[in-house]
Amino acid sequence: MTEMTEQQVRDEVRAFLSQNWDPNRSLIEWRNILVDSGWGAAHYPKEWLGKGLSAAMSLVVDDVFREFEAIGAARMGIRTLAGATILNHGSDMHKRKFLRGILTGEETWCQLFSEPGSGSDLAGAATRADFKDGKWVINGQKVWTTSAHHAHFGLLLARTDWDAVKHKGLSYFIIDMHQPGVDVHQLKQMNGHASFNQVFITDAVIEPEFQVGELGEGWKVATTTLMHERRGADGARRYEQKINRPERIYQEYNEEVDHLLAPYIWYPQRTGRVDLLIEHAKAAGRYGDPAVRQEIAKVLGMAKAAEWTARRARAAQNQGKPQGPEGSIGKLAASHVARAANRVHTMIAGPNAMLTGDDSWMDGTIAEILVSTPAISIAGGTDEIQRNIISERILQMPKELRTDTDRPFREVPRNQVG
Amino acid sequence: MKFSFTAEQEEFRSVIRRFLEAKSPTTAVRKQMESDRGYDPAVWRSLANDLGLTALHIPEEYGGAGFGVTELAIATEEMGRALLCAPFFASAVMASSAIVHAGSDEQKQAYLPGLASGETIGTLAVAEPDGGWNAEAIKMSATAAGAVYRLHGAKSYVLDGLSASLFVVAARLANGHLGLFAVPDTADCVTRRPLKSMDPTRRLARIDFDNTPATLLGSPEGGEAAYAKTFDTMVACLACEMAGGAERLREDALEYVNMRVQFGRSIASFQVTKHKAADMLLEVELAKSAAYAAAAALDDGDADASAIVSLAKAGASEAYIQTAIHAVQMHGGIGFTYENDTQMWFKRAKASEVFLGDAAWHRERMLQNWSA
Repeated sequence: MTEMTEQQVRDEVRAFLSQNWDPNRSLIEWRNILVDSGWGAAHYPKEWLGKGLSAAMSLVVDDVFREFEAIGAARMGIRTLAGATILNHGSDMHKRKFLRGILTGEETWCQLFSEPGSGSDLAGAATRADFKDGKWVINGQKVWTTSAHHAHFGLLLARTDWDAVKHKGLSYFIIDMHQPGVDVHQLKQMNGHASFNQVFITDAVIEPEFQVGELGEGWKVATTTLMHERRGADGARRYEQKINRPERIYQEYNEEVDHLLAPYIWYPQRTGRVDLLIEHAKAAGRYGDPAVRQEIAKVLGMAKAAEWTARRARAAQNQGKPQGPEGSIGKLAASHVARAANRVHTMIAGPNAMLTGDDSWMDGTIAEILVSTPAISIAGGTDEIQRNIISERILQMPKELRTDTDRPFREVPRNQVG
Repeated sequence: MKFSFTAEQEEFRSVIRRFLEAKSPTTAVRKQMESDRGYDPAVWRSLANDLGLTALHIPEEYGGAGFGVTELAIATEEMGRALLCAPFFASAVMASSAIVHAGSDEQKQAYLPGLASGETIGTLAVAEPDGGWNAEAIKMSATAAGAVYRLHGAKSYVLDGLSASLFVVAARLANGHLGLFAVPDTADCVTRRPLKSMDPTRRLARIDFDNTPATLLGSPEGGEAAYAKTFDTMVACLACEMAGGAERLREDALEYVNMRVQFGRSIASFQVTKHKAADMLLEVELAKSAAYAAAAALDDGDADASAIVSLAKAGASEAYIQTAIHAVQMHGGIGFTYENDTQMWFKRAKASEVFLGDAAWHRERMLQNWSA
């Protein structure tokens, strides 16, 4: 069957919402109706709770939902990565058991990839999965795990073969986070917030049917997860917004948003808040200072140019053109912008930059910017890794010389932690 | 605002690129650098007659092709990439825009067809020996003498001032308003002197006017607005030209490091080189995005166009010279020689850094026009 036209999609979604949307239902009741209809995840296949539409067409679906101010399926957090990975590599049992809970929001997920000993080098994971008495027994430590403190399930990358080469000894599992042997501790950051966790795993157990993909093919499966993560991280990513209406479903939805966004309330500050530069300078009485104006203009110019570069990349993508170099530099540009904005906010604040909390300008927002921007050039791939990717994949320069990929993993030098 | 080129614009770009690859390889650029005239008349005729580039941004009723700033900027970007030696920027961008924006219908009929066909080479004389391209710095006086005016004073940094057969000159009227005046090269009392241009691919001159007869373009009150529009157009085109040059430098430097072997390995395999190459890509792509946005903003009549134009020029001023510095460094010793082509773009980058206003001046202009 050929794909539906945009008008057909609009008509069908309008018809569905006209008949079913009722803001006085409970959030869970509504999302179950939505998931049954296929309009909760229109880009999922028809046989798995979706409509089999393209990503572009599901934007049309979103558009109609906005018209009705209707709440969609849950999509914040790692759940969308879990859904995509399970659809690509999971068994039918995985799809039956997990997809609904992902879409209704009843079950929360986390990603257990990074370790204290392997950050940029994710494939160096050293968490063990040993097969004993018909079950996988897991031991190791994971870190930077967003949402682990309230997650039901985790996407786990663990080593099942120490004699295989690095990328061939990993397997991918779904782990039940609510079991003895899984200990979650918050990791406090330099800006005082705690958005991530450390997860200590000691003799935790996974039944064999919760392995995803083939044994030893974990890296391939993880690549799917990471690809979806990067796709969401190109600056076009949006967090859900609360909707200020009185009906029951909005109240429940807003609670969900508050709960899920709590760890990220500082995220706007890690971008450097270019949007506040002029306001900050005016408030501080420094907007007339030619030196300050020069610095503000530099950052505004860089931020605008970066935004237009992202728009060029998106325009090319919408026209079906192959990705040009403009599509690869957004993350690195964002780091430059954040760092420069931090410097200029400091210059504007003057001695006030020594203060924090409500003694700092703008009720602490400025102080929070000053200690939050270092995150942006690290999270989701450091600037250094971005430069490697750009030079190797876009500029076709020679790959790094490696000594870790052609011998048994147990012989590869590793960190002594973790 | 549009963030992509149409298929027609892409095709237009590739036609110009092929033309310039054939007519303006670096051997040809070097030849013109050392010539008296500074450009090849045969290439100029071909560029005007075969490609119609001189007519691009001139309205159809005056013998032009009626294209927007975007198309004009595509042409200058490609010319910056090829380092074409020709009076295109002076004539088809500066003088043509000035007459389009300032002239009466009759004056446009008189001047534009010649500029469109390439028969006339025009230029715009704004900066004075102690000044720049901002309207406030223009001090030269124009005195009314019946139907004509008389110009008194010196203009400097006049682009292709020796090749031009038509000058558009910015001067002050007795009432303090700015006026744009047309002066044919046959006028009396014009003295031209070539200036020793550090970038020999783009020639500069000093022109002295001593009671020179001149025709005021348009009305005695319209000069400021006409110059403002002209200025935005030429700055957007210059930003695109600079982005084109920067991209060429980046590509050539990358090709060189991929070829060069030291310590038994390609120097492109060193992470320090790879990371520099990635940073260069970032800077050049941001400069391109801003330059394209500037041209698009002018075509859209965007209220923020002047801010965006200045943003683009400030960005291009820094990105072009920074790319040139990196390019020399990546070439090592050979990059500092006259024999290596990098120096030619380095000089264009250095000259363009200040031509039509430097980065700091444009940043301030950007903020003054910033509405957000």
